[in-house]
Amino acid sequence: MEATIVKDKEKSIWNILETVCDPEIPVLSIIDLGIVRAVQVNEISDTVELTITPTYTGCPAMDMIGAQIRLALAEAGYHQVNIQQVLSPAWTTDWMSESGKQKLQAYGIAPPVATNFNQVYLEDLEIACPNCGATNTKLVSEFGSTACKALFQCKDCLEPFDYFKCH
Amino acid sequence: MLQQSIKSFIQQDQQIQYLLHLADNALILSHRNSQWCGHGPILEQDIALTNIALDQLGQARNLYQYAALLITEKTGISTTEDQLAYLRDVGEFKNCLLAELPNGDWGQTVLRNFLMGSYQFFLYQELQQLASGQLKAIADKSIKEITYHVRWSADWVVRLGDGTTESHARMVQALELLWSYTGEMLEPCDYEQGLIGTQSSYIKAAWEAKIAAVLAEGNLVHPTNDWMQSGGKKGLHTEHLGYLLAEMQFLQRAYPGLEW
Ligand SMILES: [Zn+2]
Repeated sequence: MEATIVKDKEKSIWNILETVCDPEIPVLSIIDLGIVRAVQVNEISDTVELTITPTYTGCPAMDMIGAQIRLALAEAGYHQVNIQQVLSPAWTTDWMSESGKQKLQAYGIAPPVATNFNQVYLEDLEIACPNCGATNTKLVSEFGSTACKALFQCKDCLEPFDYFKCH
Repeated sequence: MLQQSIKSFIQQDQQIQYLLHLADNALILSHRNSQWCGHGPILEQDIALTNIALDQLGQARNLYQYAALLITEKTGISTTEDQLAYLRDVGEFKNCLLAELPNGDWGQTVLRNFLMGSYQFFLYQELQQLASGQLKAIADKSIKEITYHVRWSADWVVRLGDGTTESHARMVQALELLWSYTGEMLEPCDYEQGLIGTQSSYIKAAWEAKIAAVLAEGNLVHPTNDWMQSGGKKGLHTEHLGYLLAEMQFLQRAYPGLEW
């Protein structure tokens, strides 16, 4: 019986976390991003234990994400929350959900193309323009508006756009 | 100032010294790169270097946090990443001299990043194999970022070296200035011996091959002088580090414990 209650609580926590967004890319939830690695409810101490993995080591959004998680869980009645950051295994764009990738595309950011990180040279990638869909695009800069993005330009519609880099 | 008891503890613990050495390299290089913020030659490159600085700051934080945790556990005196970054003085910093030199022009800045980034790449590759626990985790994470940094800086070295007469001349000058500061990175000191001592020959050979290839591609003659500066790893620094720290540490020195 007790095990079922814990399972239900954990499931409801995952659902709450779906509503916590990346402050820099607000169309993505932290579940879409794949940074939540584990959710555990400790019945005895009535504590929620969360494990999250930072996207980038210097990502300034991580502290804010932590605060938003606490806020969202507090609203649902979970007041004792421990958030542990783990670096290993290192976060990878492979953990981003398919629906997350579609949301990125609709938002105007080209999603990461699944491929082996070590062999990727950005200029060799065929990135589709999120504005018109053309693959006739070029790399402008390997570093974009935030650490996780690179800057591209579409040679068909001439629109500049961000590409979410593979990591 | 760092508490005397923590200071003495660090002087006796090679593992902590090693972590601080790695962290200081990342922090000081990050700080130098961040000084370009708002001054880059074009907006995209200003943003690129600022992003690189942010990655390096993140790496430094992971290493300081880990060192602070170990110090706290071993001494029982609560220690934080901020204390390690902001309350140590010049002689306690263990970064390589190459990291602290002034930025110079854009060519000198990208060359420094290439020389040092390539070293960090092969070093972290080794640490992925040799280290365990949190240090291995930090290496796993950092190497992904450093891969992008080195591609970027190598591209710039080639572009400027193989560019105009002016840009080529600037790169030759930068190479001449920085070369004698590269040897220190490849020569392990006592606190490095324990972990990477026997492996350092791999790092050195891989670094030399990488540098030679990129310099050749950038039409730059490989320097032949092999007299090398050293001292940074042991706390003997150039006059530049004191000025850097004075600026970087000012707030915590003036308002101890201040938080955002
Ligand atoms: Zn387009």
